[in-house]
Amino acid sequence: MTPEIATAIFLTIATAATPLLIAALGELVVERSGVLNLGVEGMMVMGAVTGFGAAQITGSAYLGIVAAIICGALFSLLFGILTLSLATNQVATGLSLTLLGLGASGMIGENFIGLPGVKLKAIEIPLLSDIPVIGKVLFSQDLIFYISILLTIAIWYFVFRTRAGLTLRSVGDNHTSAHALGINVLKVRYLAVMFGGACAGLAGAHLSLVYTPQWTENMTAGRGWIALALVVFASWRPLRIVAGAYLFGAVTIAQFHAQAQGVAIPSQLLSSLPYIATIIVLVLISTNKRMTMKNTPASLGKPFVPDR
Amino acid sequence: MKKFTKTILGAAAFSLLAGSAMAADAKACFIYVGPIGDFGWSYQHHQGLLAVEEAYGDKVETAYLESVPEGADAERAIERFARSGCNIIFTTSFGYMDPTNKVAAKFPDVKFEHATGYKRESENVATYSSKFYQGRYIQGQIAAKMSEKGVAGYIASFPIPEVVRGINSFMLGAQSINPDFKVKVVWANTWFDPGKEADAAKSLIDQGVDILTQHTDSTAPMQVAEERGIKAFGQASDMIEFGKKTQLTAIIDDWAPYYVERVGAVLDGTWESHDVWHGLAEGNVAMAEYSNMPDDVAAMAKETEEKIKSGELEPFTGPIKKQDGSDWLAEGEKADNGTMLGMNFYVEGVDDKLPQ
Amino acid sequence: MIRIELEKRAQHSAIFSLTSPLIALVITAVLGAIMFLMLGKSPTAALYSYFIEPLTEMWSIHELMIKAAPLILIATGLSVCFLSNNWNIGAEGQFILGGIFGSALPIMYPEFTGPMVLPLMLLMGIVGGAAYATIPAFLKARFSTNEILSSLMLVYVAQLFLDWLVRGPWRNPEGYNFPESRTFHADAVLPEIWFASGRAHWGFVFAILIAVLMWFVLNKTLKGFEVRVLGLSPRAGRFAGFSSNKMIFTAFIIAGGLAGLAGISEVSGAIGQLRPVISPGYGFTAIIVAFLGRLNPLGIIAAGLILALSYLGGEAAQISIGVSNKVSAVFQGLLLFSVLACDTLIHYSIKVVKSARGKAAL
Repeated sequence: MTPEIATAIFLTIATAATPLLIAALGELVVERSGVLNLGVEGMMVMGAVTGFGAAQITGSAYLGIVAAIICGALFSLLFGILTLSLATNQVATGLSLTLLGLGASGMIGENFIGLPGVKLKAIEIPLLSDIPVIGKVLFSQDLIFYISILLTIAIWYFVFRTRAGLTLRSVGDNHTSAHALGINVLKVRYLAVMFGGACAGLAGAHLSLVYTPQWTENMTAGRGWIALALVVFASWRPLRIVAGAYLFGAVTIAQFHAQAQGVAIPSQLLSSLPYIATIIVLVLISTNKRMTMKNTPASLGKPFVPDR
Repeated sequence: MKKFTKTILGAAAFSLLAGSAMAADAKACFIYVGPIGDFGWSYQHHQGLLAVEEAYGDKVETAYLESVPEGADAERAIERFARSGCNIIFTTSFGYMDPTNKVAAKFPDVKFEHATGYKRESENVATYSSKFYQGRYIQGQIAAKMSEKGVAGYIASFPIPEVVRGINSFMLGAQSINPDFKVKVVWANTWFDPGKEADAAKSLIDQGVDILTQHTDSTAPMQVAEERGIKAFGQASDMIEFGKKTQLTAIIDDWAPYYVERVGAVLDGTWESHDVWHGLAEGNVAMAEYSNMPDDVAAMAKETEEKIKSGELEPFTGPIKKQDGSDWLAEGEKADNGTMLGMNFYVEGVDDKLPQ
Repeated sequence: MIRIELEKRAQHSAIFSLTSPLIALVITAVLGAIMFLMLGKSPTAALYSYFIEPLTEMWSIHELMIKAAPLILIATGLSVCFLSNNWNIGAEGQFILGGIFGSALPIMYPEFTGPMVLPLMLLMGIVGGAAYATIPAFLKARFSTNEILSSLMLVYVAQLFLDWLVRGPWRNPEGYNFPESRTFHADAVLPEIWFASGRAHWGFVFAILIAVLMWFVLNKTLKGFEVRVLGLSPRAGRFAGFSSNKMIFTAFIIAGGLAGLAGISEVSGAIGQLRPVISPGYGFTAIIVAFLGRLNPLGIIAAGLILALSYLGGEAAQISIGVSNKVSAVFQGLLLFSVLACDTLIHYSIKVVKSARGKAAL
């Protein structure tokens, strides 16, 4: 394999992994606060349609990104009001949010069908992008790719190294004692949910502005669900999400290469490899019960109603 | 004041419209398997519905249901249409075959048109399909002329006869120009997933193909090809907007002529069951403008198109060998309908093992 | 700034238990009416299409039962999982495996006919779904692998497996190589309940019977108590002598078995052959049904019927008032949100307060 091909393949994998990574990072923060939002798919598709639409109208992909982030956050607020202020069941509300998002995005996007999108341009970082191989791979990408990397580091630092991160984790682990310590549990959760929505919106914008610059209904095609699975896969740790997202992307791309090489295995079996691989890897790393327990937010999915 | 008159006129026009809609002579109904926003299969069928509205105006009322899953839901949807006063119902996906026939047996006065199937169990069911493979032959010829490496990438959806016919026809077209031409086939296992189709396209390009064709519905592969600077063919609709420097041509599914004709037959009472395969000659398959290629290649493509239209050239005409080297069609022999309908083998030269 | 505050009721409100769905319906109707007005459609005609039209004809009521049956069956099984704190979100895959296992008989041995065929098929369907659900159960019990991930991933694997079967080994030999199995012979088809009036099959009867039975087990037996205790606190359950590992298997096997039964009932009763896709997402929708029914099998019957009605109504509205299916999906979302929000009234009283206090708390 020549360096050019290796670079090209890595870029393909990075494009496939980036939306998964961003959406999963957002959901990680949400779940760390003890809230399970199964509406990632719906928020993502809303981000995709607003991102596309705003870029189309203004002609700027960057404004598209901003719009998608805002839309994702506002859409998740709907989930927040229901599950946090009204203490509705999180699983059912999240699933309903996905239904609503798929429908609403279709309505909004009716006039965008068949239009070529505004593609987000790559930003070549001076000097660094001239380094052979690595320069192309890491420093000649689009803005959202850079954000995804920075976001990973920032969230890792935030969750494990800051006071606010500690607050987030304590709310997720035991909301009753966090409340007793004077933390405003609902406020923390609102912020977390909206951050998750913003991330899902950004991930959606990546789909409609970078991955495939176009709008088509249901264009997320289940990626929100994969992002959800990745959070669990990573046992709620940011750096593992990167590994998971890139592993998933790599296996997906590898199966196409295998096919093009004429490997005589049923394509359905090849297509199911990313899913099987994810399970197997998780089994291998989850055998350590104590580690898993330590990282799982104990209050996940349980509603909290402050009593005075 | 002007505004006021306009409103009044508008209201009058509206009530007129509503009145005449009541008095429509026929109701034509359509069931789609995907969303009309897929810009592919279902989108093109919906363009057919719009053409029917255009052609008959108030004389025909229309209705449609989109994203109807194949299976139990399809039967209910079709029955609901039959009960709601539809005179002719187009069921536009292969998976609607059995539900269509079941409902048709219960509603003898309603006409049913099923796309791409083969069962006509009662007299009120007709089937129709399209010779898309004719367009693939032209694409194959263009690919063989335009490719420097002599290798094309083919993004396929599912190994059904329709897709296999396309691959074979493409191969035969390419071989008619360059006998050593190669095709790399990748099965995406989806009709519609822009991201996955883009991944497949990139993988094929990384594997060294310099021409891309697809039998999946989204415009994503075209965009990838444009970005990577290779040439590609569009599918289902004209995708030139997505690849101005890339699209060589596209096979356009144009259901409008057929739908207008069949609804017309219901209006004047001449509708009869049949099984038709329309192609380039009838306008059911149309080629998008030949672009991004030298004039002589475009001229060749046009000539082939004319020959297919006039019936002088039929892609599946012997001598053709199967992939394993065994004889299929003798010199001058044409493929029979049964083999065409259920095609599950490759012709010689395709570099892929057909999933069985 | 105005905030919403919840105050827990000492006892859950019996009045709101019954009336909250009605209040939700009114809210949905109001929100829906506004939406339809904005789209330039008559709200009365739209609401009529959604809630009344599907119930005005006998055949349509049959269709309602067909649509509701798998949702009720799957959700009933899932309620055991969710009550015992097992997050099985892979019922879709278990449904598919049930369909595949049950179909093996009529597809591989079409010459084997007689009255034994159908019971065997149903049994194998249950076994198929249960066996598939055992995978995440085993992984969870043995390796503490998170079941959300494993059960979800197995859905995709099941879909691809079915796809491979009907395009490959189980393809109808007389079907011109199209991706579908042979059609089942008469003995392998689940019969209709009242043949003359519509095509609802015995799957609906199974669903109702099993839901009622499950309600009894969960509410009136020790086993039901065990499910709840282990769900609320595995530690307390262990003190009471219950094994949470055993419960993992029990819950997954029940949920998988019922999803499998739903799968084979759908294939045998409503479709009549295997196809590349046999479920329009029943396994996922059933999760909503389970929670909408408050994890109570009797509530699940009602929730399943309501959700099925919203699908049929959405279709009716598309035809009679010409809205797109996107509008139907949004309306369905509104309905679900309203129902969920109104259920809050059962356990809490809602107060809207001005935020002087709230700010201090922030």
